[in-house]
Amino acid sequence: MSDINFKEVLLKPIFKGNPVTVLVLGICSSLAVTVQLKGAFVMALSVIIVTGLSSFVVSIIRNSIPNRIRIIVQLVVVALMVILVDQFLKAYAYSISKTLSVYVGLIITNCIVMGRIEAYALGNKPIPSLLDGLANGAGYGLILIVLAFFRELLGSGTLFGYRIIPQSFYDAGYMDNGLVILPPMALILLGLIVWVQRSFQKDLQEK
Amino acid sequence: MNTNGNTYTVIYSTVLVILVAAILAFVAMVLQDKQNENIKVETITKVLTAAAQADESVTIDETTNVLEMYKDNIREAFNVDGDGNVKSEMNMGKENVNDIQVPSTADLKKQNDILKKIEDAKDDAQKAELRKTLDLPVFVFDINGKKVTVIPCYGAGLWGPIWGYIALDEDGRTIDGAIFDHKGETPGLGAKIAEAPFYTSFKGKAFVDGETVFAVEKGKHEGEPGCVDAISGATITSQALGRGINLWARYYQPYLKTLAADCMQDAAEETEVQAEGTAADAAATETEVQEVK
Repeated sequence: MSDINFKEVLLKPIFKGNPVTVLVLGICSSLAVTVQLKGAFVMALSVIIVTGLSSFVVSIIRNSIPNRIRIIVQLVVVALMVILVDQFLKAYAYSISKTLSVYVGLIITNCIVMGRIEAYALGNKPIPSLLDGLANGAGYGLILIVLAFFRELLGSGTLFGYRIIPQSFYDAGYMDNGLVILPPMALILLGLIVWVQRSFQKDLQEK
Repeated sequence: MNTNGNTYTVIYSTVLVILVAAILAFVAMVLQDKQNENIKVETITKVLTAAAQADESVTIDETTNVLEMYKDNIREAFNVDGDGNVKSEMNMGKENVNDIQVPSTADLKKQNDILKKIEDAKDDAQKAELRKTLDLPVFVFDINGKKVTVIPCYGAGLWGPIWGYIALDEDGRTIDGAIFDHKGETPGLGAKIAEAPFYTSFKGKAFVDGETVFAVEKGKHEGEPGCVDAISGATITSQALGRGINLWARYYQPYLKTLAADCMQDAAEETEVQAEGTAADAAATETEVQEVK
């Protein structure tokens, strides 16, 4: 157990084993919260915190968990983290927590969180588990931010709420693409990202 | 140690759940004040947004300091009973903006329960008594010299409570603006009551006389003042909103009628003043003419 490659633990979930584009998990929320960068950024942070901390906590108590109620115990830990994040958002970032609405609460059901606990945290020491959780959250967050970047730029002409496409473009007849705001186009964009990634990493392509 | 025994499992889960509950309760208590503050600011923003629709030059966005703006524009804030009598004042935050008082949704629900009780009451004596116990909030704003009265409404939507604020013109009938919110209506359907094309359709409509003061119904209602188009696919939410507005508006009528009377009187006085002014002007011109001569 001592020969864990920390670099691999940290980098694999972000690129080669990205939970969204390679494992295709957490699609629902990545379509729902990526209309604006600000929301996507906060959501990404929330998921990073939840995956990291719940993997860490479960890893600490992994040897004491009764096997028959394993999943329930994991769920309780994940729910605790999610509710904490939700409460803090409501107190310190109220408007963002309103735009994220139910999706913060739905991190509980995000397959990435439970998936990493089952697959990694139950069999590894706390520190590698923490890193694994953080890295998987970051992999999810990266895709979220890339998606939100294109969706906000093309759909609203802004980034983080600041106008990027100048007014003169609109005067010349340019129009925001309303379709990019809607979830279907987010799915298409996500597909394009998967395509780009697989064309670079040939070993991901199925034969 | 056997971690698979029944006793161990039961004790383990009990301890875990109690521990988690304790952590959550503690955090909730610590953050409570801050969260309530946010909710209050949101309510103030809603009230202000409804009032600001009376004047297109007034805009509210994320950068607006709503507390200061509320303080600068509010003229009166008080509660009235079901007969239109002013009962108690609300703090308008003139000294300290953090003291601004607005009703919470729990307060609105309490009033809504009394309204329902009045509706269900059998005899008139009981109704009259209950009407006296009402504390219906009224906000009077001065938006660029125009008097705008904001009243709330509340109702039970499909999944949870829905509520909103309606801004009325000086006559106490014409709607200058409206804004709605909800606890958890279906996104894309019922949740549309809180979005622009729906709530802006209230502007220019009015409370009408009769049993139905205002309605939210399907179909085009361009010519009808007391009705707006419901949202397709959100029948329950639309109906609930219509019922809520109608119920609340009916019990505000005694107060709103006094507004209408004041407005008529003001208008009459104004015409008189104008007439006098014209006469004075004419006299002045005459003197001038004479002086020139």
